[in-house]
Amino acid sequence: MKRIEPVIFDLSRSGRGATAQHPPAAETAIPAQFRRRRPPVLPEVSELQAVRHYTRLSQLNYSIDTQFYPLGSCTMKYNPRACNSLAMLPEFLGRHPLAPAATGQGMLACLFELQEMLKAVTGMAAVSLTPMAGAQGEFTGVAMIRAFHRAHGDLARNEIIVPDAAHGTNPATASMCGMKIREIASLANGDVDLAALDAALSPATAGIMLTNPSTLGVFERRITEIERKVHAAGGLVYYDGANLNAILGKVRPGDMGFDVIHTNLHKTFSTPHGGGGPGSGAVGVGERLLPFLPVPVVGRDGDRYRWLDERDLPQSIGQLSGFMGNTGVLLRAYVYMRILGAAGMRRVGEFSTLNANYLLQRLREAGFDAAYPERRASHEFIITLRRQTREQGVTAMDFAKRLLDYGYHAPTTYFPLLVPECLLIEPTETETREELDGFVDALVAIQREAEADAAMLKGAPYTLPVRRLDDVRAAKQLDVAWKPAGA
Amino acid sequence: MSKVPAELRYTKSHEWLRALPDGSVEIGITDHAQAALGDLVFVEVPAAGRTLATGDACAVVESVKAASDVYSPLGGEVLAGNEALATQPELVNQDPYGKGWILRLKPSGNAASADLQDATAYAAEVAGD
Repeated sequence: MKRIEPVIFDLSRSGRGATAQHPPAAETAIPAQFRRRRPPVLPEVSELQAVRHYTRLSQLNYSIDTQFYPLGSCTMKYNPRACNSLAMLPEFLGRHPLAPAATGQGMLACLFELQEMLKAVTGMAAVSLTPMAGAQGEFTGVAMIRAFHRAHGDLARNEIIVPDAAHGTNPATASMCGMKIREIASLANGDVDLAALDAALSPATAGIMLTNPSTLGVFERRITEIERKVHAAGGLVYYDGANLNAILGKVRPGDMGFDVIHTNLHKTFSTPHGGGGPGSGAVGVGERLLPFLPVPVVGRDGDRYRWLDERDLPQSIGQLSGFMGNTGVLLRAYVYMRILGAAGMRRVGEFSTLNANYLLQRLREAGFDAAYPERRASHEFIITLRRQTREQGVTAMDFAKRLLDYGYHAPTTYFPLLVPECLLIEPTETETREELDGFVDALVAIQREAEADAAMLKGAPYTLPVRRLDDVRAAKQLDVAWKPAGA
Repeated sequence: MSKVPAELRYTKSHEWLRALPDGSVEIGITDHAQAALGDLVFVEVPAAGRTLATGDACAVVESVKAASDVYSPLGGEVLAGNEALATQPELVNQDPYGKGWILRLKPSGNAASADLQDATAYAAEVAGD
C-alpha cells in the first residue's frame, strides 16, 4: 500500500539545503526599512529529499493516464498528447496577450478557424471564445438573454425555467444574472414534463436552460416541442453543453432551435480537467443574440485577422476578462478538432454512446437496476442501488468506496438528486471493451461482497493511504489552512 | 420504514406541520426526508418576523450529499427559527419530529384549509421510495 506523504516542512532540518538551488547573494536597491526582517519560513531539505517528496506525491495521484475514470457528467476521457504538445509550441507560449494582431496572425487564424469549426459542429450563427470556464459561459449566455429582452424593452421578463434534473450551476447562473428560478419536474421516463412547462411559461419568462442529453443520461425527445412552446411564450432557449460529447457530429443544438449554447471546450475538446482549471466555456449564438456576443471575437477582413471589439459590436454585453480567454485551452481544442475532423467527431458521439450502452447492458445482465430501464443511454447512464440499500443495507457510497480498492475511480454518486442511491457512470469513447468488462467484474464482485459481508463494505476503502473519511466532521470542522510552526 | 406520526400533516415536498394549541404551527422535515438527505451538516432557519407566502423557500438543509430548500406549507409570520440547529444540525436526523423542528409560524390564513396530506396519504406516498 502507498503511504501518505508527510508535509515537506516535517522533513525539514535546520541548515540543510541544496546548494544548486541557492539564490545568488542578494543585491537590492530596496531600502532597508522595506526589507523583511526575518527570512521566510521555508522547508530546509536536500535536493534528493525534495525530488523524492514530490515524486511520491505524484504517485498518489489517480488519473486518466493510469486508470479508468467513469465519473459521470465529467467526461474524463483521454486527451491526445498531440493537442498538448502543439498548443505548447514556443511561438504560442511566448506570445504576449497585448502584442499587436499584426504579429500574431497565425494564432488569430487558429482561433478564427476554431470559431468556424464550433459554428459548424453546434449549428450556431456565431461564436465567442472569451468565457474562461463553463460557469462563465453560462453567465454569458444568460446575460445575453437578459440583454436581448432589455433591447426589446421587455423588462418584465425575469424568470428562467430550469428542469429539476439540471446541473446546480444552471439555477446559480440565472440567479447571478438577477433572474428568478422556476423549477419544473421531469417525468418518470426522464423527459421534461410538458404540462409543468406550460404551467411555468408566462409573460415573465426570459428563457429556459436545458441540458440535452440531460443529466439523467437520456436524450430529451420532445425538444422541438419545448423549443416551440418557449419561443411562442416570448422566451429564449439556452443549451448547456455539458453533455455535448454524446451528440458530437450527430445532432446540432442550432438545429434543435437553441438560441444560445455554452460548450465546455476543456471537457469535450481535449484539455485535462477536473483540477479546477483553466477551462473554456466558449459560447455560440443564433441570429437573435448575434448583436450581444461578448468581445473580443476574432474577425477576418480579406486575408487579415483582427480582434473585433465594441466598435464592431456596439450592443455587446462587453468584455468578460482582461484578455481574450484561455488561449492554451482554445489551442488544444483547435488541434483536437483538426486531428479528428468531421468524421472523427462523429465517431466521438457514436463510441461514447456505444460504450455507455454496452456497459449499461452488461450491468443490467449482471443484476443491477437501471434508473430508466426503458430508455437507451446517451453517453452516460444511471444505476440505482436502492434495492441493495433496502436488502443489504449497503449504499451507493459504500459501493463507490469499495471500487477504489479495486483500482477504479468511483462514478458520480448521489447526482442527479432525483434518483435515490444512484451511480452516474460515463465511460467515454476512449476506453476499450476489456476495460469496460473489468469494471463490470469489479461491480459484480462488490455485489457478492455486499451479500456475504455488508459490514466489510462499510469500512472500505482498505488499500488506500487515506481510509473512509468522516465526511460530516470534515464539513462541520473545516480545517483547510496549514502553516508551519513559527510562521 | 420511516416514521409518519398520525397527528401531523404533510406536504408532497416532505415537510411536516403540527398545529399548536395557541393557533401557531410548527414545521420541520419528515423522517423520510432526513433519511434521504443523509447526515446534515448545516441548517439555515428563517429569522423571526419574516413574512412567508405558501410555498416560499424558508430554510435550507445541507447534508453531505446535497443542499435542499425547505418550503413553507403555509403563509404567515415566522415566530421563531430553531436556533439550536445552528450548532446541532444532527438534531434533524436524530429527532425530526421533535427537537429537530425548523420553524414556528403564525399562519395568515386558516391553517386547517391548507392543501396538506394526512399521515395515511403521506405514508402511502413515501412507501414506494
